[in-house]
Amino acid sequence: MDAPASHRITLASGEAFFCREDDESVFAAMRRANAGPAKSGCSGGGCGICKMKVAAGSFRVIQPMSRAHVSAQDQANGIVLLCCILPLSDLTLSPVGFE
Amino acid sequence: MALNQTLRPGLIQLRVLDLDKTLNFYKNILGLDEVARTSDGRVCLKTYDEFDHHSVTLRLADEAGLDFVSFKVDSEETLDRMAKETEAFGYPVKEIPANSDQPGFGRRIRFQISTGHTFELYASVELAPKHPGLRNPDIWNEQPHGMGVIRLDHFLLYGPNIAEAERFCTEVLKMYVPEVCNLPDGKRLATWITGNNKPHDLAFVEYPKPGKIHHVGFLLQDWNHVGQVADLIAINRLKKDIGPTRHAITRGQTIYFWEPSGNRIEVYASGYTASPDNPQRVWDSDHLGRGLFYYEGEMIPSFLEIVT
Repeated sequence: MDAPASHRITLASGEAFFCREDDESVFAAMRRANAGPAKSGCSGGGCGICKMKVAAGSFRVIQPMSRAHVSAQDQANGIVLLCCILPLSDLTLSPVGFE
Repeated sequence: MALNQTLRPGLIQLRVLDLDKTLNFYKNILGLDEVARTSDGRVCLKTYDEFDHHSVTLRLADEAGLDFVSFKVDSEETLDRMAKETEAFGYPVKEIPANSDQPGFGRRIRFQISTGHTFELYASVELAPKHPGLRNPDIWNEQPHGMGVIRLDHFLLYGPNIAEAERFCTEVLKMYVPEVCNLPDGKRLATWITGNNKPHDLAFVEYPKPGKIHHVGFLLQDWNHVGQVADLIAINRLKKDIGPTRHAITRGQTIYFWEPSGNRIEVYASGYTASPDNPQRVWDSDHLGRGLFYYEGEMIPSFLEIVT
């Protein structure tokens, strides 16, 4: 049986890291790679520190995101908390401004 | 012992994003016991060593964070007087009937303070079905499980105009302020407030957004207990924020970590014994990092940036 696919996640800064489809979350992979602006976070969808826009690529949502940080409209536009998603393809992320 | 009418924070209601996963944490890892469920699906919990009906209520919601905190006062007379004084202070008061949304609790008064947080006061609450022994008691009846936290201890709230919130706590709730942190212009950056001999029942940090909670603190026995909890944080793959370390402020030995819905928990031991006649300790804001994280000697950015 093949291992779950690993996808390349690229930040606006040009930094990139890899995240497996069965990883903990994109945020967890980003932290392991010491990439991205958020150095710490609740990882539970509550604090909003890992909010970003998925500019390209597909993903799945693995836990609820606090509506204090991501409205249903935001989510429909690709705005997510990285601790709440896993990739289904390579992803390109863009900043939306940290709260 | 200098109990000043407001006895302690006795109840907190938190919003959680995933009730099953988060409840599993509170019961099986933090070590609380489930006391009751409400008809609208909220879950009421307490520690093994608390007498009162429950101290933590979890509510499934689409945002994490704090619904309200509730303080126990020493009598119904104090409750009536504080209701009047709260109105006079400028916060409209609403009364919540006994045994309504919080099973086992007597009437509560509810109001919003300057920081945007909802506060409540109550005087009467039933004993929990399972409470510590009263006659020739053992130290516990059922062995504490998980992290085995002893009691709901305190919380840290973030919001605007903490100077007014502090004044409300001292003037109306008759609490006192063992420690403060001031900005160079003399304005409050943070304040630690208590109604008893704990170094804090609650604390505030000045913050532009209203109604935010930084953490809920639960009491541990000692430094060794802090170490056991650190093991459980690692074993259960919980997300640790800071520690184990020591606060110079309050002197507490501590770990911060996040529960599964992203609310921050502190486990805390060995704070000093506060007394209202002791002089107030004052921290300059450029020393706050060392005051909070004594072993690290500097501020840890996540402490000031991440709230729910």
